Amino acid sequence: MSTLLSTDGLTKRFVKKDSATVALRDFHLEVEEGTFVSVLGRSGCGKSTMLNLLAGLTTPSAGEVRYQGRVLRGPQTDIGYLTQSDTLMPWRDVQRNVEMPMELQGTPAKERTEAARDLIDRVGLAGFEHHYPRELSGGMRRRASLARMLAGRPSTLLMDEPFGALDAQLRHELQVELLRLWSGSEQTVVFVTHDIEEAVLLGDRVVVLGGLGRVIVDRRVDLPRPRNADDLQVDPEYVSIHRELAAALKGAAS
Amino acid sequence: MTAAPVEDTTTGDASTAPAGAVREHVDRSWWDRYGDATVIWSSRLLLLVVVLVLWQVAAGRWVDDTFISRPTDIVARLGDWWRDGTLADNTWITVQEIVLGFVIGAAAGALGGYVLGAARQVYRVLDPFIMALYSIPKVALAPLFIVWIGIGMDMKVLLAAVTVFFLVFLNTAAAVREVDRGLVDAVRLMGGGRREIATKVILPASMAGFLTGLKVSVPYALIGAVIGELVASNRGLGYLINDSAAQFDTAGVFAALVVLSVIAGVLNLLVGLLDKRVNRWKPLD
Repeated sequence: MSTLLSTDGLTKRFVKKDSATVALRDFHLEVEEGTFVSVLGRSGCGKSTMLNLLAGLTTPSAGEVRYQGRVLRGPQTDIGYLTQSDTLMPWRDVQRNVEMPMELQGTPAKERTEAARDLIDRVGLAGFEHHYPRELSGGMRRRASLARMLAGRPSTLLMDEPFGALDAQLRHELQVELLRLWSGSEQTVVFVTHDIEEAVLLGDRVVVLGGLGRVIVDRRVDLPRPRNADDLQVDPEYVSIHRELAAALKGAAS
Repeated sequence: MTAAPVEDTTTGDASTAPAGAVREHVDRSWWDRYGDATVIWSSRLLLLVVVLVLWQVAAGRWVDDTFISRPTDIVARLGDWWRDGTLADNTWITVQEIVLGFVIGAAAGALGGYVLGAARQVYRVLDPFIMALYSIPKVALAPLFIVWIGIGMDMKVLLAAVTVFFLVFLNTAAAVREVDRGLVDAVRLMGGGRREIATKVILPASMAGFLTGLKVSVPYALIGAVIGELVASNRGLGYLINDSAAQFDTAGVFAALVVLSVIAGVLNLLVGLLDKRVNRWKPLD
């Protein structure tokens, strides 16, 4: 497996008047192709800033992001990004929202209608093709966003606490569905979360961030897949990883 | 309206879990569907009838009918005007002024708002001047317009258009400037450039503001045209009002006002239809 995505000396400052807020300083990360990396950190540690940089939405103040060996200069269709908040177009129904990435890539209408319908089916929204985002519940909007991201056929997925705003039950359901959609797809995932259980359940590897994007822990998770959240609770390996990460997060605060 | 979506979160085993949401067919009776509308519309009709009857009874009995005329006289006057062609001629003139002014003003306002709203720096430079111009009472412009283009129909069209322009312009520009950054970023992530952002995000997002502008400017198109006619004219509904009032013919004044309100009602209805068609996605509240 080769390195797909890497950052080097990545720094981001937000300048306002005479002072600059540093959100990320000298951040290093390498992501292997086809792996699922969970990035764990408390709020305000620069997780979202990091993802915006990885997605090419913002330009770094210093350092660079390399994708497939080349320096990333802007957003790429090959990188999908599921943001924390919903960015479905409110004037498009689910079907047309999911079609949108294909529309921009110039896919013929007939083909994209079919592809979108298939994706809507796979994320469990069949029957809601012609609902507008405001007519959907929070969980359904997440599913639609997920379908839209996948519609662009990205080989890398960036996710920023995608299920953070949902209730525990629904979050769990969507985690399972995400794993189902991901398994066998050979896509690379960078999944940002503040939830230890979520990070361990999903990731092949967990990276814990401290303040300003300092990497505190970077460890593999070798729990066998498919993983089941209920079984994991009593797995000694899981328990020890959980304990280690919790301690690291606590340490990051002081 | 549509039934609220139902989320099915009871299934534990996700591998066999259904969609996560279910839709059901609902049988609704005629009254369930149209009951509300029926009540509203019959109440409106009732209110209208009550007011008209009260007016008719009061006129000449409690209030001098030189001042308030009476509904039957107004209807009779409308009948007279209808027969001798006064009604059709003058209404047609005013309708043309209103519609032309409305369309020209709305088109210019939408275009200006869309372009200037997107050009942030330019907008910031122009903002105080635009607000100053907007604050001028448009009636005060009438004499200037008369000097420029005379007292013909053009003057009234221009007066209506200027008023409509500012309302549509300001609302469209505000909507363009308040476009959600997240939506713009979403299009960039899909590989869209400036063109796609302009056509697929900013344009639809600005529709809501544009339509609000259209809605609030309907009465102002009427005001512009009628004020223009009141200031200087020899035809149109404004002229009829002036002329009738000069002869203490209140029935004539009210007859012209009735026609104006019908025109306003029809215009509002048309804009409302457009609004419904374009803004199906808009949040309810």
